[in-house]
Amino acid sequence: MSAASPTPTPASAPMIRLENVEKIYRVGQTDVPALRGISLEIRRGEFFGLLGPSGSGKSTLMNLIGCLDRPTRGRYWLDGANVEDLDDDALSEYRLRHLGFVFQSFNLIPQLTVCENIELPMYYRGVPPAESRARAEFLAELVGLGERLRHRPAELSGGQCQRVAIARALANDPPVILADEPTGNLDTRTGLQIMELLGALNREGRTVILVTHEPDIAAFARRRLWLRDGLIEREETDAP
Amino acid sequence: MILIGLARNLRLGIKDILLHKTRSLLTTLGIVFGVGSVIAMLAVGEGASQEALNEIRKVGSRNIIIQSQKDVDEEASSRRYIRMSVYGLKYDDAERIRELGRAIRRIVPVRLMRRDGMLGTRRMELRVVATHPAWFELVPRRIVAGRVLRENDARQFARVCVLTETGARRLLAGEHVIGEKIQIGNQFFEVIGIVESGVSGRNIAVPDEEVDAYVPMNVQLQLFGEINARITSGSRDMEKVELHQILVEIERDEMVEPMARAIEAMLRAFHPRKDYKMSVPLALLRQAERTKRTFNIVLGSIAGISLLVGGIGIMNIMLASVTERTREIGVRRAIGARRSQIIQQFLIETMVLSGVGGIIGIAVGILIPLLITRFSGMPTVVPLYSLALSLGISVTIGLIFGLYPAVRAARLDPIVALRHE
Repeated sequence: MSAASPTPTPASAPMIRLENVEKIYRVGQTDVPALRGISLEIRRGEFFGLLGPSGSGKSTLMNLIGCLDRPTRGRYWLDGANVEDLDDDALSEYRLRHLGFVFQSFNLIPQLTVCENIELPMYYRGVPPAESRARAEFLAELVGLGERLRHRPAELSGGQCQRVAIARALANDPPVILADEPTGNLDTRTGLQIMELLGALNREGRTVILVTHEPDIAAFARRRLWLRDGLIEREETDAP
Repeated sequence: MILIGLARNLRLGIKDILLHKTRSLLTTLGIVFGVGSVIAMLAVGEGASQEALNEIRKVGSRNIIIQSQKDVDEEASSRRYIRMSVYGLKYDDAERIRELGRAIRRIVPVRLMRRDGMLGTRRMELRVVATHPAWFELVPRRIVAGRVLRENDARQFARVCVLTETGARRLLAGEHVIGEKIQIGNQFFEVIGIVESGVSGRNIAVPDEEVDAYVPMNVQLQLFGEINARITSGSRDMEKVELHQILVEIERDEMVEPMARAIEAMLRAFHPRKDYKMSVPLALLRQAERTKRTFNIVLGSIAGISLLVGGIGIMNIMLASVTERTREIGVRRAIGARRSQIIQQFLIETMVLSGVGGIIGIAVGILIPLLITRFSGMPTVVPLYSLALSLGISVTIGLIFGLYPAVRAARLDPIVALRHE
């Protein structure tokens, strides 16, 4: 579906490896532990689901995996690199080239058109305008919004917004898609369409990490991890 | 490539600013007035000094002009006791000035007289300047036709005259008049040339203002003498003036003012009444420059304060914008924007904002001098460099005052920013 293929690493090597990761937030004078020792491996090409009630720590874990935050304790390797060693610019660079975010509330930039929103990651990567324009058009076509390039997010429905967000996440052709409650603001039918789209991305080789609290959405993931109170509660894997 | 990137950044910056049109416009007002007053200030100063320069060009920058003038007391007493008033500069004054030193290049005496002139049947009272031919070297006048007076004319006591354009017009004479004889008083003079008329300036007395003809001084002395008679309201006023003007040309610019002081001191010693007036064009230029400097300091501080206030206004609005767009910043960071790229984005926005303010300010700055000239008659010239300068100033202000909000935006924790409602 896209021109370049994800970074080639042996399928067996874990792409993401967490070892005894803890995250403690300081609220006023007290320390609130959000993660209390998580060890986890995610391999290239997995469709991985992260489940749990609110307050279980799944958003915190998602932020750590998404390189938006650093663990308080424990180790985190990304493609063999220790995240502790990476500075802010290096993490930004990693997010830019290797991760694509899909949020619950779409998080499109309201003053930009659909096309400009999709182009944004390429803009930050320094892709020439003509080239990024062409790729944005291609991606919009792919998610079924080829007609809406000139529209503003406010003129689109929720489902359309999430499609734009997915197209944006794909802009730099990242190997990993992080979807944080992607269906949370959508009706069931639209939500299922979005999940189909994410499933298709996974089938072509991308790693998809999904955070949700809805079991039927989680069913799209082939491996599921339940969190509770900052600890792994249980894990399920579909038979191949 | 870089240009395309710049164009895209500018376009995106403009787009962000257009989110709040009214707010952005109001914010830039400080910059608009600051820039406007910088340009207006420079235009007024430039106008003043150019005007001074133009006036000085009319009379020669290294000249000192001393004119005879009747003082008020003398005038009153002459009415009562004697009909003849004797005043003004003497031949001796010219000699004494000559003795003042080597800094003096030339001295040209002038005597004025009024006599009836006649050309054909046209009769007009003519105002005549009697002077040395060197006069035309000190005070350059464009020659319209023929030639000006030469040394030979004086040496040979030639009865020749040069008309000014005004004089020619008053006698209804055109260029064909050259070679013809006109009558001045009861004497005939051959017209040898026509020159442009001296136009008086605002601050400088032009020595040949409102003059119709020039004749060699020795010829005039021989034919008419030093006494001017005038009939006013039934009584006959006579005056005896040796020299009406002395023009002194000084070697070098820096000697003009010291020499002017020396001449003044000498004249004060020899003239018990102040029956003369000095004007030093260069001193007027200096005066104009001093005025310009004062003006620049006063208006410059106003402009500076205005620009400072404008910059603070822009900083304020950008801080508000950063707060409002916290979530957007979070999204951009999550997508992979570096801190420096966020800083760049907000800096471009403030620079566009202040740059637009600068451009509107330039328009205001061009308009204000036009209005000043129109309503006060003060000449103004908008110097081109001031436009570039003020645009530069406004963009720099955007840069300086935009830095803090931009850094604040870049420092936001992406997670906190993403959760911001």
